[in-house]
Amino acid sequence: MPKLTIDGQQVEVEPGLTVLQACQQLGIEIPHFCFHERLSIAGNCRMCLVEMERSPKPIASCAMPVAEGMVIRTNTPAVQKMRHGVMEFLLINHPLDCPICDQGGECDLQDQAMAYGFDRSRFQENKRAVAEKDFGPLIKTFMTRCIHCTRCIRFATEVAGVPELGATGRGENMEVGTYVEKALSSELSGNMIDLCPVGALTSAPYAFTARSWELGHTESVDVLDAVGSSIRVDSRGPEVMRVLPRLNEEVNEEWISDKTRFAYDGLKRRRLDRPYLRREGRLQPVSWAEAFTAIAERIKGTSGDRIAAIAGDLVDCEAMLALKELMTTLGSPHLDCRQDGARLDGARRAAYLFNTTIAGIEETDACLIIGSNPRVEAAVLNARILKRSRAGRFPVGVVGPECDLTYPHRNLGDDTSVLLDLASGTHEFSKVLDKAERPMLILGMAALVRPDGDILLGLARDIAEKYGMLDEAAGWNGFNVLHTAAARVGGMDLGFLPGDRGRDLHGILDGASGGDIEVVYLLGADEIDMSRLGSAFVIYQGHHGDAGARRADVVLPGAAYTEKNATYVNTEGRVQRGRLSVYPPGEAREDWKIPRALSEVLGMALPFNTLEELRARMLEVNPVFSEIDVVQPVPWGPFGRAGKPDGMPLTLPDTNFYMTDPICRASNTMARCSETFLNQDLKKTGTDA
Amino acid sequence: MLSDKDRVFNNLYGFGDVGLKGARARGDWSGTKELVAKGREWIINEVKASGLRGRGGAGFSAGMKWSFMPKEEGPRPHYLVVNADEGEPGTCKDREIMRAEPHKLVEGCLLSGFGIGAHVAYIYIRGEFYRECEILQRAVDEAYEAGLIGSDACGTGCAFDIHVHRGMGAYICGEESALIESLEGKKGQPRLKPPFPANVGLYGCPTTVNNVETIAAVPAILRRGAKWFAGLGRPNNTGTKLFCISGHVNNPCTVEEEMGIPLRQLLETHAGGVRGGWDNLLAVIPGGSSVPVIPKDICDTVRMDFDSLQEVKSGLGTAAVIVMDKSTDIIRAITRLSKFYKHESCGQCTPCREGAGWMWRVMERMARGNASVEEIDVLNEVTRQVEGHTICALGDAAAWPIQGLIRHFRPEMEQRIAEYQSAQTRAA
Repeated sequence: MPKLTIDGQQVEVEPGLTVLQACQQLGIEIPHFCFHERLSIAGNCRMCLVEMERSPKPIASCAMPVAEGMVIRTNTPAVQKMRHGVMEFLLINHPLDCPICDQGGECDLQDQAMAYGFDRSRFQENKRAVAEKDFGPLIKTFMTRCIHCTRCIRFATEVAGVPELGATGRGENMEVGTYVEKALSSELSGNMIDLCPVGALTSAPYAFTARSWELGHTESVDVLDAVGSSIRVDSRGPEVMRVLPRLNEEVNEEWISDKTRFAYDGLKRRRLDRPYLRREGRLQPVSWAEAFTAIAERIKGTSGDRIAAIAGDLVDCEAMLALKELMTTLGSPHLDCRQDGARLDGARRAAYLFNTTIAGIEETDACLIIGSNPRVEAAVLNARILKRSRAGRFPVGVVGPECDLTYPHRNLGDDTSVLLDLASGTHEFSKVLDKAERPMLILGMAALVRPDGDILLGLARDIAEKYGMLDEAAGWNGFNVLHTAAARVGGMDLGFLPGDRGRDLHGILDGASGGDIEVVYLLGADEIDMSRLGSAFVIYQGHHGDAGARRADVVLPGAAYTEKNATYVNTEGRVQRGRLSVYPPGEAREDWKIPRALSEVLGMALPFNTLEELRARMLEVNPVFSEIDVVQPVPWGPFGRAGKPDGMPLTLPDTNFYMTDPICRASNTMARCSETFLNQDLKKTGTDA
Repeated sequence: MLSDKDRVFNNLYGFGDVGLKGARARGDWSGTKELVAKGREWIINEVKASGLRGRGGAGFSAGMKWSFMPKEEGPRPHYLVVNADEGEPGTCKDREIMRAEPHKLVEGCLLSGFGIGAHVAYIYIRGEFYRECEILQRAVDEAYEAGLIGSDACGTGCAFDIHVHRGMGAYICGEESALIESLEGKKGQPRLKPPFPANVGLYGCPTTVNNVETIAAVPAILRRGAKWFAGLGRPNNTGTKLFCISGHVNNPCTVEEEMGIPLRQLLETHAGGVRGGWDNLLAVIPGGSSVPVIPKDICDTVRMDFDSLQEVKSGLGTAAVIVMDKSTDIIRAITRLSKFYKHESCGQCTPCREGAGWMWRVMERMARGNASVEEIDVLNEVTRQVEGHTICALGDAAAWPIQGLIRHFRPEMEQRIAEYQSAQTRAA
């Protein structure tokens, strides 16, 4: 470990660090703009210049690797002067329009100008102005403010994997842009807003709506995909103003997907803010008491065997447990949390988790993706794979249709017989997996929702075992299921699955259309085929007026993820807590309270009165809920079904990344994204053909 | 005064045959195989002992630079890159070499390439040098045909390839790391150092970048011996150098001379003297547009070599001597240079991107006198804020001419301002 002297203090740091990082370890602040520890080093802002002994010129501390015996000075008058100088240069062509700039209050340039700038300008010429660029509906540009740190360019190339941004022109005419003007086709583009140290790239939906210091911050988790990104929800009064990423090295580093960041306007639209009851074919607003009475009347005298419940994608664990308890009390074994019909095996936890963990992706040396497009299904996780890919020597094979994953990969075809070949070791990609020391595979929902999904699951397990993806001694498990719904793993862990002789999703839908199931309780389930519910009495509990509410006979308004303290389990099996940021609108209630209140009306009160009691019950059901924010190792064992796949090609659903759930579908921003990025012609008016 | 027998470039003006036959008649390609056979170590030591300093402007010891290359060739190939992107205003020495002595360069590539353990050389030639590129390419083709380079270069059993690549006319691509970027097909922007090209250069492999004149002098040094070369010029500033004399002289020319020749002698012997006589001299930019201007009183005595010019706070640079007589509006002249640097700044790092434009704009006003005297100090300070704070030396190059102007011609600037102000007052 190299030893160096910084401002007279001796310090020993890890080799490979830069001088700037060494200074930070000592608590010495070095001002900088272009440096970002997750991006490559550009060294172009020159704000971080420091003096080094035996160097005639000052050095850029962000770019200089530490070396034994270096003597660095960061507090000399000369360094002060350099910082003043660079700051002056940065400001001469900066518009200084802080009062009308959305970055104001959280701007690196503003902060550092306070510390290192002059109080007046010596620049008497005209300032440069740069034409605005159109980066699409998410990023608002004000390119005159740009200080050319190139963070956005490096992010697009290195993290998002879409090298669409670059600098054109030379000298003062240099401009950051796309050359041919187009919206940035990345699911992670919003992160550039956070990266931009000035107000050149700001959030378009958030533009001019709030000032950063007016906002209340709540640390929470995202539920719009199964990654469970750590987020910070910024709210003002009853409104969520924006969503930002929160640092979590294990999950999302500091990135979030555009859906996570921008779908929040969907939280204000199409909300269910009071109970509804269908009377004479129309949903009429009613009181909670009336709604519960109507349900009680319908359920009374109905055998438990004729009642079923389906949980949706955004539901929290507390609500699922409360509903499960209610169903058990009613005597119904017909429960399913797999509203997509995925043939997941609930008996063994390793069979439905992303066992490698997201951070573990960086340690793998070969990857097989089966029936999944992680770029769309889990954009942040895909960025991790790209990160691994950029580190080099990382073969990726894909079984399924060809799609742009942002990193080089080999498409092995969409024929499921490829899996048989891989399992028997006769496929050419077998050699790659054989050679790898820590290979991994990712099994997507597209493979599991097929009628032969359980066979593919078994094949994937065979492949994992054949190629040494399971090394308990080394703590390596390369078998991964990539979920698309935040609620899924939690539901599986809680056993929100068919009980003894219970029906699964297909059974419930068949039963409902056939008349065997008379009452269906939809807990935020919107993605099922509502036409197959037949004439069943449908109770919908959820927060958005989407497909489920449209079909429902009774609508019970619940809370969205920003409006409740709730538990979620991400695709890795990581138990995380979301926190209340704003209160649910109108008469809507936290979700777990609704089955609890209903049980009271039904005269079979559930044995918990508070969230704490419910969580204690959760621990009894499954001890994994005892530890928050960690992934516990899971024992391996047999799962899946032996057999031959049915021979149908492996297809991916035509997923619209921006429209996967009721919140996104209610979001204006997401609608504009679909229009821009997926060229979906949305009808402008109701009469458009 | 350099005697004819000591000339490295004896066909500089293209009076003789430019092709391989003519080159051979002048001694090129004679005994190349034997020189190669003496080995890598010997080549480097010989060049080191000759005291050859890089002719591209910075004047770094060529032998030293070569010795930074890895001693043993690892899995990454070594590359020699020849910088023929001669863009420094006033400079036209590499052009002459490529026009009239291309085989010196080709042979130099081979010998230098062996010296650094490279089997491939890239010659990055300025895009505007269209004819020169044709001539150079012809020379390379001739060398291939004659088996001088190729799979068995000069019968040494070693392969050596030369690729000629045309640039697209950006001044910054003459900076070695920007040149490498450009050669790789990227935007020509200088790289951060460290890592230096000798470690991570072209395509991430060890690379040496040398100027055309440096490489073209190598065969002569190896053939005639380091002692001969070191015996010319002055200590630490050895050998001969091409001087490109332009501006207000009677006979502008490019001429080979010994290092350390007095400036006055250089101008009067080869360029026919300053227009209107020596006393009509105002100032000289001694080393291409990047170095500070020196006024007549320094020109009277200064010698033309790296160290002597550095002592008078200027530099030898590319040895492009730009002579200005008393008819010159020196402020206007330096303003034009400022405009050049503003135009050629790559825009990557802050001080140069913002500073070059700022300096030029102030200079434009200074040239008219539309400024205040205090602004001269602001301008001077701005040049100091740019100098040394940038990734490459373009920031320095943009700052130095202005610093030279302020150092030596401040009274003229103040007078210009006073004249402008009194004219304004009269008009009012």
